[in-house]
Amino acid sequence: MITEETKQTILKLQQQYPVKRSALIPALHIVQQEVGYLPVDVQEEVAELFGIPANEVNAIVTFYDLFYDKPVGKHHIHVCKNVSCMLRGSDEMLKKLCYKLQVEPGETTADGEFTLSAAECLGACDRAPMLLVDDQVFGPVHEKDLDEILAKGKMGPGHASPMGHSALMESAGGNHG
Amino acid sequence: MDEMRVLLAHIDTPNQTAIDTYIAGGGYKTAKNAIGKITPEQIVTCVTKSGLRGRGGAGFVTGKKWSFIPKNSEIAYLVCNCDESEPGTFKDRLLIEKDPHLLIEGMILASYAIGAKKAFIYCRGEYYEGMATLQRAVQEAKQKGMLGENIFGSSFSLDIVVHPGAGAYIAGEETAQLNSLEGFRATPRLKPPFPAISGLYGKPTIINNVETLCNVVHIVDRGAEWFQSIGTPQSSGTKIFQISGHIQNPGCYEFPMGISLRSLLDAAGGIPQGRTFKACYPGGSSSCILTEQDLDIAMAFETLEARKSALGTASVIVMDDSADMVKVSHRLMQFYQNESCGKCTPCREGTRWLVQILARIEAGKGTLYDLTMIDQICDQMSETSFCPLAVGAAFPIVSTLKEFRAEFEARIRCNPTYEEEPKMKISYPYLSKSV
Repeated sequence: MITEETKQTILKLQQQYPVKRSALIPALHIVQQEVGYLPVDVQEEVAELFGIPANEVNAIVTFYDLFYDKPVGKHHIHVCKNVSCMLRGSDEMLKKLCYKLQVEPGETTADGEFTLSAAECLGACDRAPMLLVDDQVFGPVHEKDLDEILAKGKMGPGHASPMGHSALMESAGGNHG
Repeated sequence: MDEMRVLLAHIDTPNQTAIDTYIAGGGYKTAKNAIGKITPEQIVTCVTKSGLRGRGGAGFVTGKKWSFIPKNSEIAYLVCNCDESEPGTFKDRLLIEKDPHLLIEGMILASYAIGAKKAFIYCRGEYYEGMATLQRAVQEAKQKGMLGENIFGSSFSLDIVVHPGAGAYIAGEETAQLNSLEGFRATPRLKPPFPAISGLYGKPTIINNVETLCNVVHIVDRGAEWFQSIGTPQSSGTKIFQISGHIQNPGCYEFPMGISLRSLLDAAGGIPQGRTFKACYPGGSSSCILTEQDLDIAMAFETLEARKSALGTASVIVMDDSADMVKVSHRLMQFYQNESCGKCTPCREGTRWLVQILARIEAGKGTLYDLTMIDQICDQMSETSFCPLAVGAAFPIVSTLKEFRAEFEARIRCNPTYEEEPKMKISYPYLSKSV
């Protein structure tokens, strides 16, 4: 269920655009941060706010990599596996992380803390091999740093959203940052 | 050779993201002197004369693109393409995280030039810090009157919305970005009509890269002649080169266009000790591979084009002699398969087939026939796909296979039945090509 406050934020967000549907992706980011992921009933609620069929929201959720229609861990680790990081040892780093967390890429740890994903280029090749924990960039990552990174990641609020610092979110005063 | 920092001049200035610091360093002076003081046409002419070419990859002449906006359009939009996702590219991240007001000032000038009252920054969703910095910068600029109604006492008004993407490489293609910005899947649109005629919400729209827009500030400030005097005749100005992979000091380096690849690698500390240069992709992963023989090539649009490669985003991915070219090719193709939007069959299926073929070669289970298949699939993909994604996917693989065929063949010979042909032959009568 989406809170009333978030619904109001989304309605305000729609007014920033000449056509309100443009606010769909930002809105889904905000909702995902609140709910943790985007199950079908939440997608339906969003669709209602935009006056569009639910399947069109589903088309967006299933197309973009940063939207999840299944539950994910409290924290999300994205390990870059693209060439620049691969050349500097990202494969080994991913393997070590899998072992530490006892998961395969794409899975969530048993305690629900971390989801581990192998990601495409995250645009920080100068810090290869790099990874993202929620909204934090780490790199270059050495094997010995992994425990510290996981500990730091655990302390963060989790469920990052690129909308966290928009004027609307801050004026709403919600716990979104 | 020393760096020539124009765009990156202030990235090390403490607190540069704050508007007061930016103004203290001469920021917003150019916009203030231009908006309402000179005509939009004068800006378009100045940028055209400077020879500035788009920094997002395609290298189209920016001023010319702007001039396509129909005269007397009531509504026009500017979209800043900050969906930086090309493997090896990380210049826009640096610009928006370290000097966001430079981009905003560039957008004010560009919007004024094309008559846009509303502009968008489409920022890739994974750039959390960049998004936050941009959002704060836009708010600050609004509070200080740099954005909003009647900017600098003129009749010109501008509103900028920072818009997040959600993880899709294809959203960097300009028409796919417009679909994404309208709240749809990021799939490319048929051109023509080009966005300058019918773009966002069907209105005239200009899409420019972050680095392009940042350049506009310096061009309007220092003049077209100054900009033309830097770089090569057909690629004027400086360029932020990004060097990654097997290199001593990966990072962003700003040099005049036309610097040699060798000097560029030296500036980044060279190849790690004990290793030798093997190859590099000079313009992100979607450019043809260069080898040792190309070390003296000038890094500019025209020279790399003549070499049948591309300057692209000037993201040099360096590989030393330890790099496994089969693995690199396989890894890259997985990227394109993952990022293919699925709209057209050649790209959706072609990238998938290529991943399967490269996977079996890497696993030592390939056949020599697979190499013929790679060339043919790439050929068909490039010829028949809807947008440039598939062309970009084919370039690196075809060129890597051409330059390092021996490496592929050696891997294939691990397979005891490497000479075998597949039992079923596939024919493509409509392309009069048979396999």
